[in-house]
Amino acid sequence: MTAARIAPKDLADAQVTPRHKPRRPGRRALPYLFLGTLVVYFLTPIWWLFVASTKDVGGLFNGSAGALWFDKNFALVPNLSDLFTYDGGIYLRWLGNSLFYALAGGLGATILAVLAGYGFAKFRIRGRNFFFALLLGSVMVPLTALVIPTFVLMSRLNLTDTIWAVILPSLLNPFGVYLMQVYTADAVPDELLDAARVDGAGEFRTFFQVAVPQLRPAFITVMLLSVVGCWNNYFLPLAMLSNTHLFPITVGLGLWQGQASANNSGGHSLWGLIIIGSLISVIPLVIAFLSMQKYWRGGLAVGSLK
Amino acid sequence: MANASAVAAERSRPSPAGRRSAQRTNHGSSLRRRSRIGWLFIGPFAIVYVLFLVAPLAYAFYLSLFSKGLATGTTFTGWGNYAKAFADPSFLRGVWFVVRFALVLIPVQMAISLAVALVLDAITTRFARFARLMVFLPYAIPAVIGALMWGFLYSPTFGPLQQFFDLFGQHAPFLLSPTNVFGGLMNVVIWQWAGYYMIIIYAALQGIDTSLYEAAKLDGANPWQVAFRIKVPLVSSALVLIMVFALIGTLQFFTEPQILRLVSNGTITPDFTPNLYAYNQAFAYANFNYASAISFALGIVVFIAVYIFLFLTRKRGSFLS
Repeated sequence: MTAARIAPKDLADAQVTPRHKPRRPGRRALPYLFLGTLVVYFLTPIWWLFVASTKDVGGLFNGSAGALWFDKNFALVPNLSDLFTYDGGIYLRWLGNSLFYALAGGLGATILAVLAGYGFAKFRIRGRNFFFALLLGSVMVPLTALVIPTFVLMSRLNLTDTIWAVILPSLLNPFGVYLMQVYTADAVPDELLDAARVDGAGEFRTFFQVAVPQLRPAFITVMLLSVVGCWNNYFLPLAMLSNTHLFPITVGLGLWQGQASANNSGGHSLWGLIIIGSLISVIPLVIAFLSMQKYWRGGLAVGSLK
Repeated sequence: MANASAVAAERSRPSPAGRRSAQRTNHGSSLRRRSRIGWLFIGPFAIVYVLFLVAPLAYAFYLSLFSKGLATGTTFTGWGNYAKAFADPSFLRGVWFVVRFALVLIPVQMAISLAVALVLDAITTRFARFARLMVFLPYAIPAVIGALMWGFLYSPTFGPLQQFFDLFGQHAPFLLSPTNVFGGLMNVVIWQWAGYYMIIIYAALQGIDTSLYEAAKLDGANPWQVAFRIKVPLVSSALVLIMVFALIGTLQFFTEPQILRLVSNGTITPDFTPNLYAYNQAFAYANFNYASAISFALGIVVFIAVYIFLFLTRKRGSFLS
């Protein structure tokens, strides 16, 4: 499917620094068997999703070729047009909402993380160790435990069931701040900052023109992680939103699944929509990840090695 | 992480000599100014931190000290909700489930992620790079979609499982039945997250100085010894980090059971995990006081679990030391 088609092109430039090791063919059968089995395991659900998306209702339930192969009636195009027209095209609206929440929340969280990481790494702040310990401790606070109290607080402010209820809490990303702090401490030499200050650049100009360009890999990593976090978020929007026009794709598909299971006989067409809706919704992020892999792989190493 | 913080703190702490000379040359006022500018950078995050972490936690704690009765209205009950939660079979069963789930899931998941990362670190062919991407792919798929997909795959009507068992004239086991649901959910979570953990371990492995392997080879070490005596110990801090993440995530288990609940024929109850229970108490019964107490109690359970874990691994990952 999509991923498999994109992969070979990306693989060519994937390896930044290939490590040369003597290869002994023949003794390599076992690792390949192991990897092959895992690839099959990890791809089977996605393959099933793609195959099922091309079936009509009859094919889905009594397909001629089984669950893992195409039915004789190839119905991908009618399924797609069903998906985009059902309930006044609400699916596209959900997709747009998800994109908006992910970009607004993800970008916002990343900018806050870059600023705070720089502040922690490059300034002597009184009580710095205390505040940094507090930050690390909060990485361990289960974020879903915050959802219900945040909901009650937001409802006091009449902010539930608005886009702010989803975006504002998404700006909190303590782990992103931690990653940026570690990366900034390493990647931005103090001498460089001092040189800029001696040349008369103000603190903010020094930050934007000297520090930010050095932080690009970490910026992209934190941004990808935050965007994925927002895009995948389910509990927060589920609790905050009741207007279906504000739903992101995850809550929307969950809603359809609830309707489909509540009504077993008439729900068949909805099952088909859920399947093709799931397929379409995974494509944007898969593409983003495959095309930006050389950035996030470097950044993940920062978090794990220190 | 604690390890990392120690390193980070060490690095940025001004050396005693430096601090003394700063005092002697009377740079105190400029230091204060630098501290203020530092806070300008941290400020925006600090505001979000106070509004969406400190305030909800404090408010949850406040709410949890009250109870709402039909006849009595809202009354202050102190620790009443906590006493109720820790005697509530629904909450306790949920906690017991997620603790058991974490104890079984995390070692299995780590073993798979570590094995894949070690294999991928040892071979660098095209196929290995393809496999790396494919194993990682589920991370880019929302947990909701992952759970929906597996729900379909487990389904007796849509899924391939029944067709496979038909070949042998057998009935396929329903993987969300009461006896199988533990394994059924574990499979979904492993599929979703193993690739992410694998990539973190792999990135750490790639950062090891390869001259260590050459030296070990000269000393006559075989590839297995290199893997388990050199590579694994050197990435142990990455292993501890992701185990902490896995532990926090598992104890908050919500999305997968919430999605699979509807297709599980009643196996997954509304109190299956503590988070699911809190959600239903809040939004099905409008019992926000008790839901806040459960959220807070769950937070405490997570904190204690993480602390115990960090304490147990302090030697290997040099945590808390």
